Amino acid sequence: MSTTTMRYREAIRSAIDEEMVRDKNVFLMGEEVGHYQGAYKVSEGLLEKFGENRVIDTPIAECGFAGIGIGAAMTGLRPVIEFMTWNFSAVAFDQILNNAAKMRQMSGGQFNVPIVFRGPNASARQVGSQHSHAMEHFYAHIPGLKVVAPATPADAKGLLKTAIRDNNPVIFLESETLYTFKGEVPDEPDYTVPFGKGRVAREGKDCTIISWSRLLQVSLQAAETLAADGIDVEVIDLRSLRPLDEDLLIASIEKTHRAVVAYEGWPYGGVGAEIVDRLQRLAFDELDAPVLRVCNLDVPMPYNAALEQQVIPQANRIIDAVRQVSYRQ
Amino acid sequence: MKRREEGLEFFRQLLLIRRFEEESARAYSMGKIGGFLHLYIGQEAIAVGACAAIQKDDYAVTTYRDHGLALARGMPPGVAMAELYGKQTGCSQGLGGSMHFFHSETNMLGGHGIVGGHRPLAAGVAFASKYQGYPHVTLAFYGEGASSIGASHEAMSLAALWKLPIVFICENNQYAMGTPLKRHLSITDISLKADAYGMAKDRFVADDVFTVRDRIQAAVDRARSGEGPTLIEIRTYRFRGHSMSDPAKYRTKSELDAEKQRDALTRLEKQLLEDDGTKDQVAAIRETVEAEIAEAIQFAESSPEPGLELLEATTYDGDFAR
Repeated sequence: MSTTTMRYREAIRSAIDEEMVRDKNVFLMGEEVGHYQGAYKVSEGLLEKFGENRVIDTPIAECGFAGIGIGAAMTGLRPVIEFMTWNFSAVAFDQILNNAAKMRQMSGGQFNVPIVFRGPNASARQVGSQHSHAMEHFYAHIPGLKVVAPATPADAKGLLKTAIRDNNPVIFLESETLYTFKGEVPDEPDYTVPFGKGRVAREGKDCTIISWSRLLQVSLQAAETLAADGIDVEVIDLRSLRPLDEDLLIASIEKTHRAVVAYEGWPYGGVGAEIVDRLQRLAFDELDAPVLRVCNLDVPMPYNAALEQQVIPQANRIIDAVRQVSYRQ
Repeated sequence: MKRREEGLEFFRQLLLIRRFEEESARAYSMGKIGGFLHLYIGQEAIAVGACAAIQKDDYAVTTYRDHGLALARGMPPGVAMAELYGKQTGCSQGLGGSMHFFHSETNMLGGHGIVGGHRPLAAGVAFASKYQGYPHVTLAFYGEGASSIGASHEAMSLAALWKLPIVFICENNQYAMGTPLKRHLSITDISLKADAYGMAKDRFVADDVFTVRDRIQAAVDRARSGEGPTLIEIRTYRFRGHSMSDPAKYRTKSELDAEKQRDALTRLEKQLLEDDGTKDQVAAIRETVEAEIAEAIQFAESSPEPGLELLEATTYDGDFAR
């Protein structure tokens, strides 16, 4: 299988481009996606290729254009709605929660909403408390939505193509700090990655680190340090948060008997707590230690660079947690 | 001649909605309908006139006060009543209820429970028609109580910017739940908001279905010919409370009585009875409507309840994502 080296942002652009070529009902809408070429240059060149009817600049009105996407999806289109960052989806939350997620059920199955909401999620660098939210914890809670968070260019492309073809609303979480990250992306034109399938990013036998999006890279760094200490860590990249790959998690726990969940977001509730619940419920007899979570400190994100780094999970905190569950302090 | 036939048909629809709502209220008080029930009594001329101004393939989107529009759009009364009863034969299989009437056969796209939240969605339906090059127009109904919420502004701003084929119809029944117009809007002429978006506007009273139909028709024609959206404020009045739990103590009996003098149904019936060309048909229409309502209730009563297996299957298309 031939591959091409791509940055994460190029992989996303390539998925949008290919799906827009494949299906004329797919369009891209959002702030600065056209003439400006994308606030993070994800959509660079797409306006020139597809024109203003299909690459649509919006005013700053997330509730308005999220709702427009939903109405358009109910009547035959497949919108890709870009939030400049996921933080701004908060003002469109009612549209996503009450219209996108519930439409099919409250209409008795009559109306699907095949729409993708996408954009960068979680921390960037020193962008302060209102621009650093990890929004998966809000959205994965909602039945009717699917939530994916790729960590590599290959998964970014494959999952986005799957998302655009899905008949349900999909929350697609990117990462500003991953946009320049390079990786090999398969060339085959119909390359997709299925939802609900995680992958083993690093094999190991002593402990499982479960992660997604940007924290996968941090988890892999932690695993290298731990390997030097003689702890052989398995790292799982979930890729898809809803649906969640329970089988992969259980198979790994059956091997390692210990787990740490590493992610961005606050400790109260959320995806990490959901994973811990499933592990204790589905693999109780396999566990040799409580499952620990390494996540943001329980405070709004500070601007100060040093403090921000302490709030966000770093490799050293993941290493500490792995040692703790391995009883090797 | 045509006007007489139209008058009789309008009368039939007004009466069907009125009687449907009266029987819904009765069933509600007997505990056969649960949750919220927002009645359309007094406002029927708007839905009937509006639906007479559009074509089969056009779209309608409205608020939680949605029974009248669904019936005017052509939803069978039995299917509507079954939804209120929470039965599987209801328009939304008993999963939506009073506030969420959806009917793909008649392009009735809800039935929405968050004030103003459906207006961007309605603009999106119009966006899709324009994107696909279809000549369809979307009617987006809302109550004047939705005037201040952000979604309303964003929907009108974008619809005007992109000249979407949509008509925003403000059913101004003068009370946002229990708050009168002058206590929640600094400018009580709601149609003036159109000026801020460079949008066409109109404003009139809903005491005559022909007027409603003709005035909305002009806006629909503008939308269909690519001239963009119109904001129409139609002054109306609901004769019942906001919902079944509202005794409407915030308004006087004399005000209610005065408004009832403008009831489009009563006025139209009087006109039809005074006209030798139509007077003999009024009683027959009343009889037909009564039979239809009785049949609808019977259908709802005898229909099965939806089963638990319906829930996951309607939440996602395809496999459930857990």
